[in-house]
Amino acid sequence: MNWQHKDLCALADHTAQELMTILDTATAFKGVGERNLKKVPALRGKTLVNFFIEPSTRTRISFELAAMRLSADVVNISASASSLEKGETLLDTARNLEALRADLIVIRHKSAGSARFLADRLNASVINAGDGAHEHPTQGLLDAFTIREKLGHIEGVRVAIVGDILFSRVARSNIQLLTKLGAKVTLVGPPTLVPASFSPLGVEIAHSIDEVLEESDVINLLRIQHERQRKEYFPGVGEYSARFGLTKKRAGRLKENCLIMHPGPMNRGVEIDSAVADGKGSVILDQVTNGLAVRMAVLYLCSGGAPMASSATDQ
Amino acid sequence: MNHSLHITGGRVIDPANGIDEIRDINVRDGILVHEKSPHAEVIDATGKVVSPGLIDIHVHFREPGQSHKETIATGARCAAFGGFTTVVCMPNTSPVADSPSTIAWIQERAATTACVNVFCTGAITRGLAGEEMSPIGALAQAGVVALTDDGRCIQNHGVMRRAVEYARQFGLPVMDHCQEATLSADGVMNEGEWSTRLGLPGWPALAEDLIVARNILLAEETGHPIHCQHISSARSVRLLREARLRGVPITAEACPHHISLTDERLKTFDTNFKVNPPLRTPADIDAIIAGIADGTISILASDHAPHATYEKEVEFDQAPFGMLGLETELAVFLEILLHQRKALTLPQIITLLTVNPAKLLRLDRGTLSVGAPADITILDPDHSWTYDRNDSPSLSRNTPFHEFALRGRALTTIVGGKVVWDLESGFRS
Repeated sequence: MNWQHKDLCALADHTAQELMTILDTATAFKGVGERNLKKVPALRGKTLVNFFIEPSTRTRISFELAAMRLSADVVNISASASSLEKGETLLDTARNLEALRADLIVIRHKSAGSARFLADRLNASVINAGDGAHEHPTQGLLDAFTIREKLGHIEGVRVAIVGDILFSRVARSNIQLLTKLGAKVTLVGPPTLVPASFSPLGVEIAHSIDEVLEESDVINLLRIQHERQRKEYFPGVGEYSARFGLTKKRAGRLKENCLIMHPGPMNRGVEIDSAVADGKGSVILDQVTNGLAVRMAVLYLCSGGAPMASSATDQ
Repeated sequence: MNHSLHITGGRVIDPANGIDEIRDINVRDGILVHEKSPHAEVIDATGKVVSPGLIDIHVHFREPGQSHKETIATGARCAAFGGFTTVVCMPNTSPVADSPSTIAWIQERAATTACVNVFCTGAITRGLAGEEMSPIGALAQAGVVALTDDGRCIQNHGVMRRAVEYARQFGLPVMDHCQEATLSADGVMNEGEWSTRLGLPGWPALAEDLIVARNILLAEETGHPIHCQHISSARSVRLLREARLRGVPITAEACPHHISLTDERLKTFDTNFKVNPPLRTPADIDAIIAGIADGTISILASDHAPHATYEKEVEFDQAPFGMLGLETELAVFLEILLHQRKALTLPQIITLLTVNPAKLLRLDRGTLSVGAPADITILDPDHSWTYDRNDSPSLSRNTPFHEFALRGRALTTIVGGKVVWDLESGFRS
């Protein structure tokens, strides 16, 4: 049990033991959310700034609620409401937040490395809520937390991550965490979105979802987008859906207790059939609930809180 | 310049004349001469190496237009500090060096403020836009030593072909920054394992290779020399090797960072390692060093590219490409090529820093021949030191080599018979 860091920028930076510490602490905090009185005084008097320079609803609200349940004061800033619009640099804006005595800065930004960039330059804790295509550490943690909660362990579990892996920070955080904790990860998608350069990360690569259906313990479906910049990567959502969508028929070939995950927001009928999203094995809403516990644990630990064992649930 | 020097006891390495022996060198009125002059200032070079003044054909001195990053004066001091007596400036200034008036402005500025020799290149196309030809004849008359759109690469092959054909009548070599833009797209680092890990957009080696191949074909077709700048990829080296064996008039240069640093350095998102073309893999480094050793790459250069700290202190993908180079260039080449890899001898390395660049650009420099301008670098190839970026004369601090332990260093830099810098006493003016 240890956690000696003020920041959480990337799961790649941390040991398996440190990451287990977060998961164990999150287990303790999950109990708080189940109570009638959903609040503990752990971060009373601390100020958290949600600094979201890229749009987000679920992650921002999750961090906000997590901070509130820890009794921290919370301020939200979006790009349009910040001085970045007026040409101020990211570093100057962040230094201003620090000058206002923010203790924790949760940042989402379109540039990979931006959380690390601030963490290296500020005394405040910096928590990465998604930096470009790099990492989304709390999403990786909540996915692992959900797998452990539902299946009892992570080691040896076969996880297929399906979709736009190349541009996905969720995929990268999942890969880092799951491989460190001993899961067997297979990335699934067309070669343009799952290039061979992922192999050195300790994963298998498959270019057909049908190859992984029978063997997987977890299928994590990523949101597929076909915006302008993706048009040269695959022909369209129709062809994608036909080759990689988790249809009802394909879902019928999954293991009896296979978990179906999605980081949201879902495109029903594209990467996942509506009935599958709402059906047996789907833990999509559990992921959202667990995200709160994981984020409470991260905020608490990065503020210097002592790690908690799972058994500390009833305190 | 009414001054005489007598450099005594040093190992004189003058590849242009096939000399490598202990002997004395004499200078009078800025020119290398046979006889020692009475009252000559004596420089004891015992135990040191006396080389023709080093030449760097790829630097960015940022004037006119971006003098907060570097000026011709401060850039020249970086050169002297690093043992370079002659530099060739790239035309991506503001305004772009695509007209005789801008060239004249730079030459005037260099003449009045620079402590080393500064030559200019002219842009191939107006505004580096890759579309319309610059007034190449007028640029030649103004004294540019080569044409290049460095920083950009002409994507339109028809435009590039005509420019090379047109340049031929003036004997001006065309230098190209090899980067196919649809493949490099918004890439900010080498495409590969590390760009995958870091989630940063990749700039694949393929984008360089494709333009190197184009340039080989154009040089072969036109018979006019094309020089490929800052080669970073193993496959480009292979293409160049094959072409040079066939006698195609194509040359290439390599930079210190491309033989010493890999893309793994980017794992901390430190923008001081962001450069174009990007740092690549260990296999690319091996291939470039092999290419230098077998003559495929015949010129060494820095691509000295200063940027202000506040410009580099931003999100990684927003930061400008480029790194300082002149101050550490000789040391990194000696550390890697001579000491670590033992890939070349010291005279061979000096050849790539003197005779070869002089030959490509037809400069009357890079030699210790009697009658030549007295540009001389006294160096110690074994001098151990640790580089501190705060010792740099540059206005910028964007070096990737801060606190690197290096072997080899210039001790005295002599330009036109005048000592402009030496390690013990620093700059003379």
